[in-house]
Formats: sequence, structure tokens, C-alpha cells
Amino acid sequence: MKVLISTALAGAFALGAGAAWAETTLNALFMAQAAYSEADVRAMADGYMKAHPDIKLNLEFVPYEGLRDKTLLAQGSGQGYDVVLFDVIWPAEYATNKILLDVSDRITPEMKAGVLPGAWTTVEYQGHKYGMPWILDTKYLFYNKAMLEKAGIAEPPKTWDELSAQAKIIKDKGIAQYPIVWSWAQAEAVICDYATLISAYGGKFLDDQGKPVFNEDGGLKALEYMKASMDAGLTNPNSKEYLEEDVRRVFSNGEAAFALNWTYMYNLANSGDDSKVKGQVGVEPAPGVEGISKVSAMNGSMGLGVTTTSKNPDAAWDFVVYMTSQKTQDAYAKLSLPIWTSSYDDPAVAKGQEALIAAAKVALAAMFPRPETPKYNELSALIQVAIQQALLGSATPADALTSAKEQSGL
Amino acid sequence: MTSTRTDLRAWALMLPLLVVILGVVSWPLASTVHLSLTDAGMAARSGNFVGLGNFTRNLGSGAFRAAFVNTAWFTAVSVSAELVLGVLAALLLNQEFRGRSFLRALMILPWALPTVVNAILWRLIYNPEYGALNSALYQLGLIDAYRSWLGQPSSAMMAMVVADVWKNFPLVGLISLAALQSVPRETLAAAIVDGAGPWARFRHVMLPYLAGPLMIAIVLRTIEAFKVFDIVWIMTRGGPANSTRTLSILVYQEAFSFQRAGSGASLALIVTLVVMMLAVAYVAIMRRTALRV
Repeated sequence: MKVLISTALAGAFALGAGAAWAETTLNALFMAQAAYSEADVRAMADGYMKAHPDIKLNLEFVPYEGLRDKTLLAQGSGQGYDVVLFDVIWPAEYATNKILLDVSDRITPEMKAGVLPGAWTTVEYQGHKYGMPWILDTKYLFYNKAMLEKAGIAEPPKTWDELSAQAKIIKDKGIAQYPIVWSWAQAEAVICDYATLISAYGGKFLDDQGKPVFNEDGGLKALEYMKASMDAGLTNPNSKEYLEEDVRRVFSNGEAAFALNWTYMYNLANSGDDSKVKGQVGVEPAPGVEGISKVSAMNGSMGLGVTTTSKNPDAAWDFVVYMTSQKTQDAYAKLSLPIWTSSYDDPAVAKGQEALIAAAKVALAAMFPRPETPKYNELSALIQVAIQQALLGSATPADALTSAKEQSGL
Repeated sequence: MTSTRTDLRAWALMLPLLVVILGVVSWPLASTVHLSLTDAGMAARSGNFVGLGNFTRNLGSGAFRAAFVNTAWFTAVSVSAELVLGVLAALLLNQEFRGRSFLRALMILPWALPTVVNAILWRLIYNPEYGALNSALYQLGLIDAYRSWLGQPSSAMMAMVVADVWKNFPLVGLISLAALQSVPRETLAAAIVDGAGPWARFRHVMLPYLAGPLMIAIVLRTIEAFKVFDIVWIMTRGGPANSTRTLSILVYQEAFSFQRAGSGASLALIVTLVVMMLAVAYVAIMRRTALRV
């Protein structure tokens, strides 16, 4: 009996001592959608834990649509995550509500100098930095080389009008019923495609005073283009319910000649096991508009930040630095491209994806921002509905956008 | 004396439970009511007192009215369809035939599925590129091209109703079946001898036994349907163009997506009130029906 008790006690001590000695646990929130795959992120984290045996990482993956709500709710409950992935459109809100630590002082001059200048806008709000950029992304124009060749088209389109013209040829020749596929579901995805078009047409979401102007000029023309493309049967009508993964599936099945999507689709479609268009995938910066723009791109980047509720902010920041380091990013550059300028001239990074790197060099320099406002989510929801109303024909593009502007209260 | 003591003991025994109920129901409810009278945000909880401002603004907004109509439509159509299908299924399964027990067990399956799984399943069925529904209708020659069922306002809501009915008619069916089994065989036999046809037998012999339990099923289903969230969130997230946005989705958006906790709380309370009114109305009808039967 005595022996039993002492064994039990010894065991308990051992456990207690072990826990005290071993580890700091960090909870991190990522997304399971586009960019780095869950497997890649887990592999990166395993690498970190191997180098830091005293740190235990709990990774959680949610769909993009749940990322922001989950972060805010966890914060509200007081026991949230240490590290969170955040979209370029959230720093304004996160900073206003004190969700993320201001890490401006933790960023070293070497980091500042090494990262592409445009990438910093992802994590900045009013001059402060709230994390490190991690996923540097924009919407690219993907095309199916075999289909274009079959249609007798020598070059991928340089302007959106050319895109329509080429799509019409492909449709008329019966090569694809609906040559273009997009992610136009009632979600942030449709705003990303719309923002790309706005940038092409030289429009703006908000003017310098923060008043909505997306219902005129470039903003209106962008939506009119979307509607015309849908009405002419050039755009897959199912786009209205598609997110990025649906676009990838349709394109990878060889059912579309053109698609607008993020970086991650390139390698999955061009060399992925489930792709039927292996080796036929071309990628270019999204086209421009004659007389206004040469290419178009929107800032769809994401950053990693440390929350204000983290009990181990130093350890959390160290993990963020590791995840965003050039070494880590260069090693996993197939689904998401590095934030580091010199990586783009590194043959090891470019190997097998030269076309993507070439497109990225042009597109990443032209990234157009979505509006920077703490009320972004609400504004976005209103524009999503306006776009869908116009596409469904229940309102003209001008009326739908004007009504969204009025409801926004901005 | 004895009865007082029994009463006291009963109260004493129930006390722990009462405390728990007060703690988990009344406290959050009171806190929601308090929140609904403020303009509090989600991250910074402390807001200013705004009286009934949230209620008047939300009740007058077009978004609320549209969501209310969507919810009412969804509830009315789903519950009616579940009622008719459930009773028909129960009548069928009440017959004597081989494999009856197997079919009865089979019918529980959809109802046993988690709602989220059901929604994902139906989203696959409705998929515009490779969905089973498109394939079936196309091969039968009923449609000449694949359709985007969830991408059109005209069909998106109906598509969700079908998914909800498929999952929930078994509940109505099982309750009805249990009620039907309490119909005495002698009464039925006597009705047949008296020359009552199938309709007359259903209307005058079975329905009186069925009415009470059916009412309970309707109450349960109506309340559930009025609160619908998961199916919508997974299948369309309120789209296209908000045509399937129900009240629960609106509450979620207001409180969590747009971070207006006060306004969201007021919407949630409005939904709660409507559901309570429905429940009270049903109970009243149930009492009357019970008296008549």
C-alpha cells in the first residue's frame, strides 16, 4: 500500500515537474483555403518545434469565411490565440479594437529592407505595423494553353476587352461552353475579382475623404463588364455560387479556358494529381484596359500577427518571424510566393514555376488596395449583394451600387 | 401541515436545479436584454444606453422585413410539407407488409444526421457541375442544361426547403406512426363494416387520435424552422443577393460580422419573441383541440 502511494506521488511529481520544465504552448489560427495548404503549414510548424523543443504549437485551421469572426470572438472570450492569420482588409478594425499587438518596434532594419515594399501595406494601419506579411497574393489570369491554341489564339489577352473577344471565339468554336470562370459567390471572393476590375478601369472604392465612389466611373464600369460577360454567356453562370476552390475545380477539369484565381492554383492545376490540364496552364497578370492600365491586380495578401491577449508574446513573435522568414518561405514556395524581394531572383524558388514568378513580378508591383476602414466588413457585404443583384438582373449595375453606397452610411 | 412540509421539501429538492436554470437561462437572457438597449460593439462591450432605439431601427429596416419574409416563407413551406409527407409515410408504415421494420428504421436515418452534414450533402446534390440532381433531371430529359440551383434566387430557397424537409419529415412521421398505433383495431374494423371509405376512415377514425401528437410535432418543427441557421449558412450564406437571408443569419451578421452587439441582441430578442408567440398560439390551439377530441 505504502509503495503504491509513494509510486503514485512520484509519478505525480514527475508529471508536474515535466510540465513546468517542458513547454510554452502557443495557439495559432490559420485558414484551410487557398495559399499554403494545411499540410505545408503543419510541416513548417513541425520544423519550428524541432528547433524549439520547449515550445508546443497548437494549430487550428478554419475556412477563410470563419477566420475573422473566430479571431474576434476568441478575443472577446479572453482566452484566445497567440498567433492569428489576418487578411489585408482587417488591420484597421483589429487595430481599432486592439486585437493585435503593435509590432512596429520588433521589426528589424534587415527585415524592413528585405521585404517587398508593397507587402508592408498588408499589416499597416495609420503608420503602425501589426504583424508580418506572410501570404503575398493577388488575382492572376490563368488560361488553358491547349484551348487557346485550338481556337487559333496566339497570345493570351492583354486587355479585358481582348479577354471577352477571345472567350467569344472559344465559345463560338464550341471549345468551351462557358470560357471564363470566376468566384462570384456572395462572399469576400467576389469583392476580390471586382477589385481587380476596378483597378483595371482606374476606379476607386472610396475617395480621399472616405466617401464611397464605387458607383461611378471605374467602379461602375467594372460591374458592367462583369454583367456583360455573364449575359453574353462568356462567363460560367455558376460563378454566382463559386468560391476559389470551385473555380480551381472547374478550371482543372478543363471546362474553362480562363479563370481568375490566387497564386496557389498555378501548381495545383499545372502539376497537381487531380488536374486534367497538367502542363497546359498559363498564367499572366490580370489584363488592363486600353488607355488606362497595362495590367490589373488587387492586394489579397495576408499577415501573421500576435494577439494582445497572448501570455507569451515574445515566443509568439519568434514563431511569426520563423514562419515569415525567407528560409521558410523559399522552402514552401509552390502554393504561395515569398514576401522577400531577393527570392524572386532565386533560381531555386523559380524552378518549375518560371511563368508564375514572371507574372508575380509584374502583378505584385501593381496591387490595388481594398478600402481601409474599420467598417470594412459591412461595406463589403453591401457591395457583394449589389454585385449579385446586378448579375441576376434584379437591378441595373448603377442602381445596385448606388443603393449600396447609400446603405453604407459612409 | 403535511402538505406544507411536502411542498417545502419539494422546493428544497428542486433548489439546485432552479439555481442552475436561473444561472444558465435567466442571467444570459437578462444580459441580452441589457445589451439590446445599448449601442455596444462586440470587441468593446461597454456601450451607451440608447433605449429602444435598436428595436425601432431594426423593425423599420428593409433588411429585417426581407429576412422576416424569407424566414416565414421557409417555415411555412417546410413545416407544411413535412406534415403532409410525415403523415403519408406514417400511414404507409402502419400497414402490415414484409420489411416494415426495416423501412421504419431506415426512416430515422435522415433525422439522425447532424444538420451540418445534411446541408453539405445537399450542397453536393445541388452542385451545378456534377450534382446528382442536375444529372438525374438531365438524363430524364426534364432540363436541357445543368442549372445553378443555389445561384438563382427563385430556386435557392426552395432547394433549402427540400433539404430541410428531407431531414425532418421523419420526425413528424415517427410521431404520427406512434399515434396511429394507438387507434384501436376494433374501431377501424367497425368503420370498415359500416362502409367507411379510406378517406372517411382517416378523417373520422384516425385523425382524432392523430391531432394532439401532430400538434406537438408542428410546434417543435415550427420553432426549429423559424430559427434556421446551419442549412442556410452552409448552402448559400444568405445569397444570392440576400434572397435566402433568414432572421438568424441577420442576427449573426449584425452581432458578429458587423460587430454591433447591441443591435444584434435586439434582433435576437425579436426572434425569440416571435417564436414565443408561435409557441403560445400553438399551446392554445392544442388545448382547444384536446377538449374537442
